[in-house]
Amino acid sequence: MKVSLSSRGSFRFDGKEIPFTPGQTIMDAVLAAGEYIPHLCHNPEFAPHGSCRVCVVGVGGRQVSACTAPAAEGMVVDSSSEEIQGTRRAILQMLFVEGNHICPACEKSGACQLQAVAYYTGMLAPHFTHFFPRREVDASHPDFIIDFNRCILCELCVRASRDWDGKRVFGISGRGLASHLVIDSPTGRLGDSSFAATDKAAHVCPVGAILPKHRGYEVPIGERLYDREPISLVGDVAAHEEA
Amino acid sequence: MSDPSIGQVTEFVAESLARHGRNPDYLLQHLIALQHRFSHVPATAVDLLATELGVTRTQIRAAIDFYAFLHETPRGDFDILFSDNITDRMLGNQRLMRLLCERLGVEPGVPRADGRVTVGPTSCTGMCDQGPALLVNGMAVTRLDAQRVDRIADLVEMGTPLEHWPGAYFVVEDNIRRKGLLLSNAATDAAGLRAMLEKGAEAALAEVERSGLRGRGGAGFTTALKWKFCREAPGGERFVVCNADEGEPGTFKDRVLLTSYADLMFEGMTICAGVIGARRGFLYLRGEYRYLVPHLEAVLARRRAQGLLGESILGHDGFDFDIAIHLGAGAYICGEESALIESLEGKRGVTRKRPPFPVTSGYQGNPTVVNNVETFLAAARVVQWGGYWFRGEGTDKSAGSKILSVSGDVARPGIYEYPFGTPVHRVLADCGATNPQAVQISGAAGATLAPAEFDRIIAFEDLPTAGSFMVFDASRDMLDMVRNFAHFFAHESCGSARS
Repeated sequence: MKVSLSSRGSFRFDGKEIPFTPGQTIMDAVLAAGEYIPHLCHNPEFAPHGSCRVCVVGVGGRQVSACTAPAAEGMVVDSSSEEIQGTRRAILQMLFVEGNHICPACEKSGACQLQAVAYYTGMLAPHFTHFFPRREVDASHPDFIIDFNRCILCELCVRASRDWDGKRVFGISGRGLASHLVIDSPTGRLGDSSFAATDKAAHVCPVGAILPKHRGYEVPIGERLYDREPISLVGDVAAHEEA
Repeated sequence: MSDPSIGQVTEFVAESLARHGRNPDYLLQHLIALQHRFSHVPATAVDLLATELGVTRTQIRAAIDFYAFLHETPRGDFDILFSDNITDRMLGNQRLMRLLCERLGVEPGVPRADGRVTVGPTSCTGMCDQGPALLVNGMAVTRLDAQRVDRIADLVEMGTPLEHWPGAYFVVEDNIRRKGLLLSNAATDAAGLRAMLEKGAEAALAEVERSGLRGRGGAGFTTALKWKFCREAPGGERFVVCNADEGEPGTFKDRVLLTSYADLMFEGMTICAGVIGARRGFLYLRGEYRYLVPHLEAVLARRRAQGLLGESILGHDGFDFDIAIHLGAGAYICGEESALIESLEGKRGVTRKRPPFPVTSGYQGNPTVVNNVETFLAAARVVQWGGYWFRGEGTDKSAGSKILSVSGDVARPGIYEYPFGTPVHRVLADCGATNPQAVQISGAAGATLAPAEFDRIIAFEDLPTAGSFMVFDASRDMLDMVRNFAHFFAHESCGSARS
């Protein structure tokens, strides 16, 4: 298909005019214009996944995920109303209670997208009853640790390992509430897999589930990425390589 | 059952590979066969399949973990699953399951120490008009009562193979109570298929368009448009998929259509293949209906012998099309078309993001039409008798008829076909509902109607439905229904929602 310059269009995003080229999603166009839509499973380096729903926006009375919805001429996109922010908060609250996210005790605090997006949407408390699931910590690998307590099933490590590293180290098993991250090795442990510190999959986790060993707290809490500036200005933690 | 030897497993995997080939898309079919044979998928088989199909052990384990009917540890010689829809509960299934557990000395869901038996619940098995029902090693047993459960306990204790159980236990009735446009005539002499070949694919598509036929799975997308999009989509091979994964609690009409109208359904699929230019089709059959496979395979074999499937259908050079049956393994979400396609490809049945829609990127990324059983049935008749014949019934926005699965507190549960636009109270009168306090339309994901709403009509513009129609009389506590549905969704959710 030929795309001429005249096929460029624009849409309204919280009152601002955002240009787009055909084929771009709402998320693509908004990020390219230097604006922000909160997201967790989205990373511009990978195909959109559309599973965390935190990037929900209102378009024509419907709620759609900005990372998968194609941008269209003249559409009016609401990303800041109380209704949309409320939906996002509810999703985030469910993510918080499904896992064990103890921010004050977490090595990733201040550089965690889940925490930063929660601040962005004004989430003050988890609201729902905590599940307190029993999950493992896998420290079998010499260079990296996996803390399953913090996994939010964004599948970025799954995608990075499969599509970038060509390894398929990670997968998702189970269904519904029982869904969980699994590792492809004879023992199911990271240390027995082909995972390496240089893998793309080692550097895409938006939360504190996949962490490097031997270098915790290099940047003191209080001086970290999202301690300094809100996520709406500095974007994804993966783009900053800060633990 | 004692643990199978490595030799037994290796031999069985080799047979399965010989039957299904080494295409990774058939992974789920291998796993189902292994589960059936060994009451679990042995670790040896996981290793063998990983090597032979070129997939990771993780992908195989993830699939076993996802599908409710697959297990990594043995379930026992007899794997008994009580259907646990709210209609089964209203008929006393919980009391009967407790009775069987007591008789056999087992806890629900836990295999007995001697490896003889497991007893547990499962989501609606589509026998709501003849429940309470259970599955034993995948075979449906209907109309359970204390006496039947008592006898089943004896048969299990004696280790009697299923083929020596009383045949009456396995009788599944059609219970067709009201016939309309589609059900009134099951006969087919391939007239629709001949009509398409005589008039051409475009004329057949025009008839489907004229009919106003919309998808019968519930969402109601215009069938002609779906076929047209697929026909015009860029890309190579095209696929026809029949969605026979009716898992919405309280629906069982596709089971009846598969039993008694299979020829028409396959004819509709073949016509669709002619219209969109497909050479291969799949019938995705829910695992709960595995007992129908021999019957459906026999119909397919006969159609091949009659020249209605295979190469040069009805003597037309270049019109080649055949249909393979793929089984599901206990996953409600696979009724959603993108999850169904993932499952067809042998993976966990998790929904895909849309767009792209299956019409442009479906099975293996190719243009694919996915339609409900009833839609293909209707399409076959529309091409045979014309769009106006179909459009003559129903409302402006909802042409034709709808087949309902009626169950719950009614005198005559079963299958009812009505013109679209029929009010709920008419259905209630016909099925013999006395003193109803509520009707649940279109299953757990549908709408709850109070008596003040019984004059609403079955139609896409008022009450869209895939056909489930569950009736609750004044004696029922509606919160039991709500709890049952909440439990159902917690169990069946795939864990993410994409659209």
